[in-house]
Amino acid sequence: MTTTVEKETATSASPRHAASDKSRSEARLGWFLAGPAFAVMLLVTAYPILQAFYESLFDYRLTDPANRSFTGLTNYGVILTDSVWWDAFGVTVLITVVTVAVELVLGFALALVMVQALKALRPVLRAAILIPYAVITVVSAFAWQFAFAPDSGFVNSWFSFAGLAPDTDWFGSPGSAIFVICLAEIWKTTPFISLLLLAGLAQVPEVLQEAAKVDGATWWQRMRKVTIPNMKAAIMVALLFRTLDAFRVFDSVYVMTAGANGTEVLSFLAYRQTIARLEIGLGSAVSVLLFVSVVLICALFIKGFKVDLSQARGE
Amino acid sequence: MSTREKVGWGIGGLLIIIYCLFPIAWIVSLSFKSSSDISNGEFLPTSATSENYATILTGDAAELFLPALRNSFGICLIATALACLLAMFAAYAIARLDFPGKKIILSTALAVAIFPVISIVTPLFNLWREIGLYDTWPGLILPYLSLTLPISIWTLSAFFREIPWEMEQAAQVDGATPWQAFRKVIVPLAAPGVFTTAIIAFFLAWNDFVYGISLTSTSASRPVPAALGLFTGASQFESPTGPIAAAAVIVTIPVVVLVLIFQRRIVAGLTNGAVKG
Repeated sequence: MTTTVEKETATSASPRHAASDKSRSEARLGWFLAGPAFAVMLLVTAYPILQAFYESLFDYRLTDPANRSFTGLTNYGVILTDSVWWDAFGVTVLITVVTVAVELVLGFALALVMVQALKALRPVLRAAILIPYAVITVVSAFAWQFAFAPDSGFVNSWFSFAGLAPDTDWFGSPGSAIFVICLAEIWKTTPFISLLLLAGLAQVPEVLQEAAKVDGATWWQRMRKVTIPNMKAAIMVALLFRTLDAFRVFDSVYVMTAGANGTEVLSFLAYRQTIARLEIGLGSAVSVLLFVSVVLICALFIKGFKVDLSQARGE
Repeated sequence: MSTREKVGWGIGGLLIIIYCLFPIAWIVSLSFKSSSDISNGEFLPTSATSENYATILTGDAAELFLPALRNSFGICLIATALACLLAMFAAYAIARLDFPGKKIILSTALAVAIFPVISIVTPLFNLWREIGLYDTWPGLILPYLSLTLPISIWTLSAFFREIPWEMEQAAQVDGATPWQAFRKVIVPLAAPGVFTTAIIAFFLAWNDFVYGISLTSTSASRPVPAALGLFTGASQFESPTGPIAAAAVIVTIPVVVLVLIFQRRIVAGLTNGAVKG
């Protein structure tokens, strides 16, 4: 009761005080409303990664819990000097670079077609393009695996004219297995990129296009000098999101090869250490290193390519 | 546009449709092949059969597939509902109030969205076993929030920012009570955004595989993607290709239905959240 009276006198006494009082209560209400969501987000990510860091400092195997001992950074030393880590790192980077590069070009082409397509075709196109996005990754991985597998697929017989033997084992060697994994990833995620790029295309001022046309610029020149520079922000955001997403690739690899034949990726390595081998200490260290890699990629994009997320969001 | 250009773009559009639907058509076709037909090397079955659907719905694999389907629906719906509820309050605060920490909340959402899921799994695997959440519904619902909550906050604050909030006051000036103004004016304006956000969040939860295989061990909580991935046909004498294809078709049906009905909204939600915000 007394506080309310005090507050009221304060408000009537000085308007400046009132403003800060209002902003303070607004801040309180803001955190009251947004706080639970914020807390849950920290609970499900910040807490586990700290826990992972703690566990990575121990030599700890679930099959032998009695012999848990503190070993400091030894696990990191073990991993970073092991070719298993660097092989998985190389495969992950390869898949990331190939898929993101192809998706960017293909996604841009898709976006251009969607802009130009007839009005009648547009809803059909939009629905079609959302289907790969919405389909479960595991389902897409199975579809592509079955298509290429010699005992269930059609690819070998369809391309027999190109010299493919009917029993070509696509998943038997690293190169061809990674090729199929990339195909599946590209199929599934290109639509998402193309939608982001489509939104970016819509933000390019029509006036500039017309002006360039009047000045006699060719289609290619307009694309390079007007369209792409004006949607740089959208391209960068799409690139950042997809790079980080591709770096986490797991589902397709698990389904298609289970990491065999030189296709192990970093996520799979972490999974194999923890869940399959119950090496909590080593697995946690791999998880932490993967997390650090993602943070570094993110920092590289934001500092190196000057991706400004708030600018991209039109603020 | 000249007729030739129109035809060209039309063909381009047709190619996109083929590109998007081809693998789906393939898995549907595969699901109708009989076990002797699987290895015929053709795209289409020689004669269509429903035996694969019988296997997963009433046959040997039903006890693996049906509980997984129930788990997936239950866990994903609850994780989506919780995320939307929490995100609604957060997005309202972000869109309407001016308070320090707005940026922190949005950046945290972004950071959580790009977080490598496998890095969360390792510690949770250990912790869940100690506190009894391993292989339970809550044991998956909680980590699923790391998938559904960030996108919900991001998408919903984009939607809420576009709501003309002044209309609430206008209604009150016209004699509506605050509650009436909220219910009759704001709720109808906000509902489509909330609904769209829920669909997108549901897609993310429905797609999960890493949590599903790592944090469950039985049909008590194992969701469909994990069940599919671990479905090696141990209980059968033949390769499980056909039944897997049939199960894949069944879990694809809900998302295709959602896409067909709500395509316009989903596109708006996806691009709003990521590009415009």
